[in-house]
Amino acid sequence: MNKRYILSLIAVVVLFLIAYLGVEAVPASKWLFGILIPYVALIVFVAGFIRRLLSWSRSAVPFAIPTTGGQQKSLKWIKPSTIDSPSSKSAVFIRMLLEIVTFRSLFRNTRMKLKEGRVTYQLEIFLWVGALAFHYAFFTVLFRHLRFFTHPTPLPVQLVENLDSFFRMEIMQDFIQIGVPGVYLSGLVLLAAVTYLFLRRIFIGNVKYISLASDYFPLFLIFGIAFTGIMMRYVLKTDVAAAKELTMGLVTFRWSIPGNVSSIFFVHLFFVSVLLAYFPFSKLMHLGGIFFSPTRNMRTDTRAVRHVNPWNYPVNVHTYEEYEDDFRDKMIEAGLPVDKMPEPQEASAEDEEPAAKPEEPEAGAADAATAPEEKE
Amino acid sequence: MSDLPTAEEMLGNVKHRPPSTDWMDVPAEIRRGIACYAGNPKSLELLGHPNPRTWSCFDDDWQLPENWQQIIHEGFKERLEKFRSFKVFMDICVRCGACADKCHYFIGTGDPKNMPVLRAELLRSVYRNDFTRVGKLLGKINGARPMNYEVLKEWWSYLFQCSECRRCSLFCPYGIDTAEITIMGRELLNLLGLNIDWIVTPVANCYRTGNHLGIQPHAFKDMLDFFSDDLEEITGIRPEPQFNKKGADILFVTPSGDVFADPGTYTAMGYMMLFHFLQEKYGLDVTWSTYASEGGNFGFFTSHETMKRLNAKMYAEARRLGVKWILGGECGHMWRVIHQYMDTMNGPADFLEMPVNPITGTAFTNAASTKMVHIAEFTADLIKHGKLDLDPSRNDHLKVTFHDSCNPARGMGLFDEPRYVINKTCKHFYDMPENSIREQTFCCGSGSGLNAGEDMELRMAGGLPRASAVKTVRDRHGVNMMACVCAIDRAVLPDLMSYWVPEVDVTGVHELVGNALNLAGQHERTMNLRSEELAELQGTAEDTEGQTDE
Amino acid sequence: MGFEKQLAKKKDAIVKDWFDRVSGTYAPDTAQFLKNVQDPINNPIGQSLRTGLAGLFEQLLVGPDKEAVKTYLDPIVRIRAVQNLTPSQATAFIFVLKTVIRDHLKIELDDNRSVRSLFAFDSKIDSLSLYAFDLYMECREKIYDLKANVERSKVYHAFKRAGLVVEAPEDDPGL
Repeated sequence: MNKRYILSLIAVVVLFLIAYLGVEAVPASKWLFGILIPYVALIVFVAGFIRRLLSWSRSAVPFAIPTTGGQQKSLKWIKPSTIDSPSSKSAVFIRMLLEIVTFRSLFRNTRMKLKEGRVTYQLEIFLWVGALAFHYAFFTVLFRHLRFFTHPTPLPVQLVENLDSFFRMEIMQDFIQIGVPGVYLSGLVLLAAVTYLFLRRIFIGNVKYISLASDYFPLFLIFGIAFTGIMMRYVLKTDVAAAKELTMGLVTFRWSIPGNVSSIFFVHLFFVSVLLAYFPFSKLMHLGGIFFSPTRNMRTDTRAVRHVNPWNYPVNVHTYEEYEDDFRDKMIEAGLPVDKMPEPQEASAEDEEPAAKPEEPEAGAADAATAPEEKE
Repeated sequence: MSDLPTAEEMLGNVKHRPPSTDWMDVPAEIRRGIACYAGNPKSLELLGHPNPRTWSCFDDDWQLPENWQQIIHEGFKERLEKFRSFKVFMDICVRCGACADKCHYFIGTGDPKNMPVLRAELLRSVYRNDFTRVGKLLGKINGARPMNYEVLKEWWSYLFQCSECRRCSLFCPYGIDTAEITIMGRELLNLLGLNIDWIVTPVANCYRTGNHLGIQPHAFKDMLDFFSDDLEEITGIRPEPQFNKKGADILFVTPSGDVFADPGTYTAMGYMMLFHFLQEKYGLDVTWSTYASEGGNFGFFTSHETMKRLNAKMYAEARRLGVKWILGGECGHMWRVIHQYMDTMNGPADFLEMPVNPITGTAFTNAASTKMVHIAEFTADLIKHGKLDLDPSRNDHLKVTFHDSCNPARGMGLFDEPRYVINKTCKHFYDMPENSIREQTFCCGSGSGLNAGEDMELRMAGGLPRASAVKTVRDRHGVNMMACVCAIDRAVLPDLMSYWVPEVDVTGVHELVGNALNLAGQHERTMNLRSEELAELQGTAEDTEGQTDE
Repeated sequence: MGFEKQLAKKKDAIVKDWFDRVSGTYAPDTAQFLKNVQDPINNPIGQSLRTGLAGLFEQLLVGPDKEAVKTYLDPIVRIRAVQNLTPSQATAFIFVLKTVIRDHLKIELDDNRSVRSLFAFDSKIDSLSLYAFDLYMECREKIYDLKANVERSKVYHAFKRAGLVVEAPEDDPGL
């Protein structure tokens, strides 16, 4: 199992070396890492993402199979669980929204355990907290980076930046020396969360057991991205203006490679490119997939509104007529109503009937019931 | 002597694997006590299923068609296109492990391959190899592997160690439903003629005779007649159930287990009393059917197509008899099929009317399209409107808890209706701990056709979490009766209880209703539906209770 | 009596070690789950082991009372009887206590009197183990009983009550 994360780690280290040594050794390759690869990665990302969504949407939804997480809407005087068993479109919307924004199902893991108040249960809430921290930090970092692709920087981006670095005044001031540019909490949280998610895969037995290379690789890659980003900002003090010149060039198609952009920047950009290109072919597509999950995005009013199966096809059934033909005499004898009374000619068919089913003796009911046990 | 292991070695080597063995390198074992017997070829033939032959899952050679890998591959591909659920669930799992300890089979057996995520990975590993380029490229390191005999045996083993209870899907952040994956996996296995006998023979029986047990129409009627005899003795009133009656108001369909196996039979007697009461007092005309004499649907555990073939009888019979709507008895998977599949598969039921309870005037708008109402909804409505004459004191000796069956819980959301009925028919009701009831309920351990006899160890292990929860309320409140709304539960929970918590018995909700229900003109009721003397039962209960309401 | 006092003093450590080694019966990833999750419903195996082993050790110290032993031993054996274990594997967990005790009382066992006490204690463990085997067999017999009879007799009884299988002999459920 070690192989799985070591290989992923090696892959990320190799990616680092490719970009770093490439840029250091062959300055011209900056065009490759700074311009060409990001474009290719973006195209692969967008095309791959759309292709995947289309492939999902092309698959049919034959049945309405929502998981009901609460009381159905039935009798007027019984209070339905609107969100967990959503019977209207708006309720489904809220269920999905809470699922996406608060990871509600994951939180369900911890609900009961908090009450017990035991330490071990805290481990479970960490998954929810860790996942939430990771995704929100990632999103914030991503949003902040709009600064590099817009001019002038839009107000919301500035606000987020201020908010993000505002926390540092409260929490981080004692630890970080003044003089560095405002410390963004999101970057540190991202780094911490990604580390936690990795450690959990290493130290929790059953999570380790199920983890694949494709679970470790994105974690290492994202760690690499966050780490190089933080290094550039706080340690290596990369020239932000020069970096922005390059990234703005990408957006405006007026490409330039400013001379004073450090190699580590190209590593950072290369990592991001790899992540983008890797995204549509990996489990990271859960970003899109959650919207397609039939157990969550369907209404639970399945008896009130008919769901149509696009490929519904007729099947062989044993009709009542066939059934009555099989058992007519016995039914008549037992006083059960039949549709068709036997006519005189059918008397001969009647004689054949017991022979047609030799495996059914008169008291055969009990035998039939136990038949499955008779083998082996 | 030296080759005998010490106690330490004995203990440590059970799984014969070093700690870091990759799960893919652990060979699948088909184990006695866990595995169910292979399907009878006669049953496969009757249904027209492929590859009927006499075989055993313990054999090395399963007598598969030569191109079986191709059949699986093509079947896989077809299902990816036909079921978005399947495709999305193959793609988006991040293996976060939230589901890992939610499965009752994992909790009970401790076998890591019973973690829902790994059960799904059994199929995903083949999916990655066959349908994704990255997967094929990276191979095992990325959890991809080609389909081979070993993998097939692993599928067989673990797809028949899943009861499709959906508990994991509740906790999954993406709603990945292992039941859905198991359903697809079993469909694929069926393409090769791989099914267990406990599923395929009931299916064949149901197809031909109308019910899983293969009971012929006259025997069905005889059983209900016999219940009438019993009820006459117990209450002094003889209900006369109606069969295959054209023009009745309501068609009643319940699992055949209620008619043919204890303690479900007492629930059936409860239904009969209820219908008799409603007919005498309000003129409600309910008919049973010998053709649609099975509410359950083991086809659901075989394939979507087989499920549809069996389910078709309900609407067909309702149409033939010209009833207004259908009432369904207490059953688990039957209700998942009715609630989420029936209308889509065999509807639209435009020949039926919107279900309205003529006695209370309540329109069951939640069943407006499918036109089938759950008997717990029906009875709860009657009780709420004060239409039943109930004397709950006949249930005073019972301390009742309620087992939410998986399918009505997570495939329907039926929680408060049965609890309301229980509370109105019993004095003492105690719910089990929160993480074992309602949407978080634990499976009985024998769902989805695994209620055979040969897999008893699996059933007992799988039912352990449920049993532990029962033990909690037994110790805390002296609970002695577990109610449920599922025929499989009624068949298997008594076994489970007799192994883990022997003091607790099992009942259907409508047995409680029957015991509480007063019939007009009845003689003094000294016995319950099980023909046990109430005085004696009350006497034993008094030891702990110290009072009765009589 | 010094020996048993020593044992009593180290009770927590010994029981913990014992628990860890028995958890090791299961796959490593499962073992961790058994150790960590404290809820008796979500983790019945781990919980029955935790309370059971502690109780058994306590009983060995005070001189076992059969009924008390049963309340601790039965839940553990009952679970192991339905898991994928051979009879010896299912009951071997008791003998492991011997090794655990030797590991924890290395120094004390240099003393001859302690060794004699150890022999006495060992034989208590032996009886416990024999009792565990009895319980194990009881469980297995119950399982076979369930397999053989209960399922079919439930249906059979219903039919018989209805008089549908009158031809079958009284005591033979129509095999």
